[in-house]
Amino acid sequence: MALGLTGYVVLAIILLTVAAFFMARSRAKSTAGGDIRLLHSLPNYYGYNAAMFAAVPAFGVLMIWLLAQPMIIENSVFKLIPERIVSEGSSRGLVMSDVRRVAEGLDIAVAQGALTDDEADNIRTEFKDVRSILGSVGVALGSNVEPEVLYAAQQYRAKSETGTFWMSVAVVALAALGAALAIFVTNADFRARNTVERGALALLILAASLAILTTVGIVLSMLFESINFFRLHPWTDFFFGGSWAPNFRGDSDLSILPLLWGTLYISVIALLVAVPIGLFAAIYLSEYAGPKTRSAAKPLLEILAGIPTIVYGLFALLTVGPALVSIFGRGEAGLLGVDWMSGATAVLTAGLVMGIMLIPFVSSLSDDIINAVPQSMRDGSFGLGATHSETIRQVVLPAALPGIVGAVLLAASRAIGETMIVVLGAGAIAKFSLNPLEAMTTITTRIVSQLTGDTDFASPETLVAFALGLTLFVLTLGLNVLALYIVRKYREQYE
Amino acid sequence: MNDMRILERDVDTNTIKIAARGVQVYYGDNHAIKDVDVDIQDKTVTAFIGPSGCGKSTFLRCLNRMNDTIDVCRVEGDIHIDGEDIYDKRVDPVQLRAKVGMVFQKPNPFPKSIYDNVAYGPRIHGLAKNKAELDEIVENALRRAAIWSEVKDRLTAPGTGLSGGQQQRLCIARAVATEPEVLLMDEPCSALDPIATAQVEELIDELRQNYSVVIVTHSMQQAARVSQKTAFFHLGNLVEYGETGNIFTNPEDPRTESYITGRIG
Repeated sequence: MALGLTGYVVLAIILLTVAAFFMARSRAKSTAGGDIRLLHSLPNYYGYNAAMFAAVPAFGVLMIWLLAQPMIIENSVFKLIPERIVSEGSSRGLVMSDVRRVAEGLDIAVAQGALTDDEADNIRTEFKDVRSILGSVGVALGSNVEPEVLYAAQQYRAKSETGTFWMSVAVVALAALGAALAIFVTNADFRARNTVERGALALLILAASLAILTTVGIVLSMLFESINFFRLHPWTDFFFGGSWAPNFRGDSDLSILPLLWGTLYISVIALLVAVPIGLFAAIYLSEYAGPKTRSAAKPLLEILAGIPTIVYGLFALLTVGPALVSIFGRGEAGLLGVDWMSGATAVLTAGLVMGIMLIPFVSSLSDDIINAVPQSMRDGSFGLGATHSETIRQVVLPAALPGIVGAVLLAASRAIGETMIVVLGAGAIAKFSLNPLEAMTTITTRIVSQLTGDTDFASPETLVAFALGLTLFVLTLGLNVLALYIVRKYREQYE
Repeated sequence: MNDMRILERDVDTNTIKIAARGVQVYYGDNHAIKDVDVDIQDKTVTAFIGPSGCGKSTFLRCLNRMNDTIDVCRVEGDIHIDGEDIYDKRVDPVQLRAKVGMVFQKPNPFPKSIYDNVAYGPRIHGLAKNKAELDEIVENALRRAAIWSEVKDRLTAPGTGLSGGQQQRLCIARAVATEPEVLLMDEPCSALDPIATAQVEELIDELRQNYSVVIVTHSMQQAARVSQKTAFFHLGNLVEYGETGNIFTNPEDPRTESYITGRIG
């Protein structure tokens, strides 16, 4: 595909940056009379400085412009659409997306030669079948194009074109200006090294703040959607109601409690599996295994952590579930001759498999923590005539306990947030039950099912997913903070 | 009898508690202890001195088989305690360590209460029939380690909360509580200040009445102050062993003299 105007702008900035680098470097050398010992910084620093001034502001403005332009243009085009077009049951947002689609279609048609640039600007629905022209280049439209929509789309294109043109001018000018300024200040006394240092610092701060801002953004978006949900649905039902029965015709029971029950029940079973096995594995690896066994067994155990959770889900559905059914189900044909379990999906299935998934998590963290217990503790215990297992039980584990609790809490927060295993292994029935052989459902499973399929983002049945997600987030965040606090407190004890 | 012990005097008894013959220790390919013969007497403080890496701590750890916990370590030769070969296959190293207590360089109280730290040994060896007896054992051990008056009001407080000197005395109390016959001390004062060191040294002198004490130390003054017999190790060899007074005033081997006067080490 040929480069768009924006592509050429990026190319121009890069060229300007490279040119600025070399020009600043050679200017620095020449102001020092060829003796680079007279320069404040190494010549390359002058180059980096100029390159930085050329590229950073230009790319910054480019990015902001690219983000802001569609919003501004959409706002102005918006006013062109008369009330009549916004028909019953539809909204301005939908009409706007039609406008965008027609505008894109016109672009593609021009690119493929189905229309000339001039035709695209002046075409009228009265004279030509715009829908079939756009259809011929691969842009299918749901209905015939209204003249107003077409006009809005043409306006949209025209404004975009002007905007992009001015953006190119501004950005390239900015790059040139920055480069010129940096080259102008370059002389033997200019402290380019310090400027580059500040640039490096700014880059690192930017990376750190992007990560944090993204988190804040995610939380805020969840928060706003949750607020929307609570406008449509009573919060008392969400937090204190007793049943989960979404109904897409409206009037649903949307209570988190049955889901929370399923989530916690499955997580508890998973931890009952993962904590003893993981902890014992960690004790063996860190206390008894020789260096050879350890170096072989530890990576093998950690392979478990690399298996995608969807694979665990399949394992639950196809292997563990049927195996459990053959033990607890099938009446006389089963191993126990009972008929307690009807389907492969059950709390126990999901819990067992999730427990297996968490084993490496618990063992790897506990192993690190047990290794951090100073050898002098073990020596002290051995020196008093304690056996190895007495030493572990009475000295090593109590010393490592806070860290192990932290590891278990981290594992718990993974279990609560786990999705694929429960989607495949736990079933879809929301209920309060103590029977681990019954199918139950979890918060994550319901989020998936509320948001898949044909959804309308204005109904409480869909928006409840955000409230569920937010609750889940708060829950796991709390567990993580608690776990990290405990682990950190423990670390301080020995350092 | 070893000819290095001719000059002995001022020792309470002549009973030999530990007899080592031809002891060799290897760490992998590294020959750490070379053919050491030594007789350690009962109710005596024996000091092992020598420059860092000379093998004195390694030899000490042979005496209660603590080297068994190090995979690459291999011990050859005979070590007899009360005439019994401690490296015999029938000897349980766990039982041996109950008989030969050890105090380490760095105070290493367990992350438990002061009481539980001292009661640890008696509990695992079943030395007390009931709670009252255990209380008595703990109190006696703490009294003998000269720390009872400082901790008697806070026996339930964690042992790690004590000061360095108190922690080391707690560790000594912990070792004493299992009623060992030999007490091995691996540089017990290296992490302590002079006041705590003086307290521990006083304690060592008192412990001599009941135990055979073997102490590894880097401080020659300390060896001179607390011990009756001194052994000088150099590069894995036992260079000289004898009466402490003689070793420090009239060493036979030129290497001993060089070390004591500060020329090597």
